[in-house]
Amino acid sequence: MLLLAGVLLAIYWAPEDADQGFSQKIFFIHVPVALTAYACFGWAAWKALRLLLKGDERHDLESYTAVHMGVIFGVLTLATGSIWAKISWNTWWTWSEQQLVLFLVLFLFYSAYFMLRFSLEPGRQRANISAVYALFGVVLIPVSFLAIRLAENFIHPVVFTRDGPQMTTTMFVSFLVCLAGTLALAAALYLNELAGKRIDSRLRELREALL
Amino acid sequence: MTYLADVVALTRKDLLLQLRARDTLPAMALFVLSALVVFNFALPVEESRLAALGLLWVAIVFTALLGLGRTWAAEREQHVLDGLVLAPCDRSAIWAGKAISTFVFLALVELIALPAFSIFFSPVSGATVAGVLLANVGICAVGTLFAAMSSAGRGRELLLPLFFLPLILPVVVGGVGAGATDDPLRYLGFLALYDLLFAILSWASFEYVVTE
Repeated sequence: MLLLAGVLLAIYWAPEDADQGFSQKIFFIHVPVALTAYACFGWAAWKALRLLLKGDERHDLESYTAVHMGVIFGVLTLATGSIWAKISWNTWWTWSEQQLVLFLVLFLFYSAYFMLRFSLEPGRQRANISAVYALFGVVLIPVSFLAIRLAENFIHPVVFTRDGPQMTTTMFVSFLVCLAGTLALAAALYLNELAGKRIDSRLRELREALL
Repeated sequence: MTYLADVVALTRKDLLLQLRARDTLPAMALFVLSALVVFNFALPVEESRLAALGLLWVAIVFTALLGLGRTWAAEREQHVLDGLVLAPCDRSAIWAGKAISTFVFLALVELIALPAFSIFFSPVSGATVAGVLLANVGICAVGTLFAAMSSAGRGRELLLPLFFLPLILPVVVGGVGAGATDDPLRYLGFLALYDLLFAILSWASFEYVVTE
């Protein structure tokens, strides 16, 4: 099944290279990756909610894996955004790029998720606490976004204006293809990671049963 | 016993404990004063009012962190929490009582910090005071829950700042904005929104955090 997903990805990713001729081509990587990271965090929160309401332990691993993927895509967003900033504004970091700052905050927040998770004993309580954490994260996204937008007023009195990518139909279509490709990549990685983690926990159970 | 009576009893317990032991509150008060003194030397000579105001918020957040790290100390070290969880009351009442008592501590410390700030640096405006009060609600609501989460693990107090700081960033934005701009209502409204949102979320999710 994973192989199938991989083949699908290759098909999805192939036309993307053809689009690289466009100006601001990094847009096609950066924005889908960012959206995918949001999707991962949203998925993690959804699974966390399911865990808290239904009490089904398997949602814990799913939520954890989704956060894992979200952080990876978050780092990619930071990296590509930083490269983009270097190209367009000749600086590696700019505090006036709201998405970038938001991702830094989210990245810090979700990185602490792992610290918290690994400091707890495996079990019901760890599952619950991780779930609550993932839920807070997804609420934090819009609140932080609002906060960063508000902060612009006193940190940067001059609003940074730039002309966004001109969206022609072809660009929009290829953007959608890239988005679908990135989402598919995330889904494949998610399933792969989930399978790995399931085997891992199953193995641990077996080992404990043996001893 | 009604829910409200539970909360009052739990708050009273925490306040009494603090009154008898006197370990956290004086430490927080001394910390905030020393922080303000350090900031005085950290700032450039021609410091601006805005820079000092920003540092006031840094001092408040770090002082809150200092206090929050100790909020569940008695519960963990003396196993009070085991008893509380068994008590026939709604578990979110434990959170509410703790959040209110933390709010009282923080407000008392700020009663020292704000006058000290206006003596050392520049007078604080009414909007800043309102911002501090609103921020306290958010800090205590979120902080109490996350302190409980971090104290459940091996890392204990070490972990709390890691997730508390990104989480509290909107509060700092709201608080600084209220004091620094001409349009404080907008930022105060944002703070109120944050408080409401996260207080409800913390209140609802506390039960899951203490389940053993």
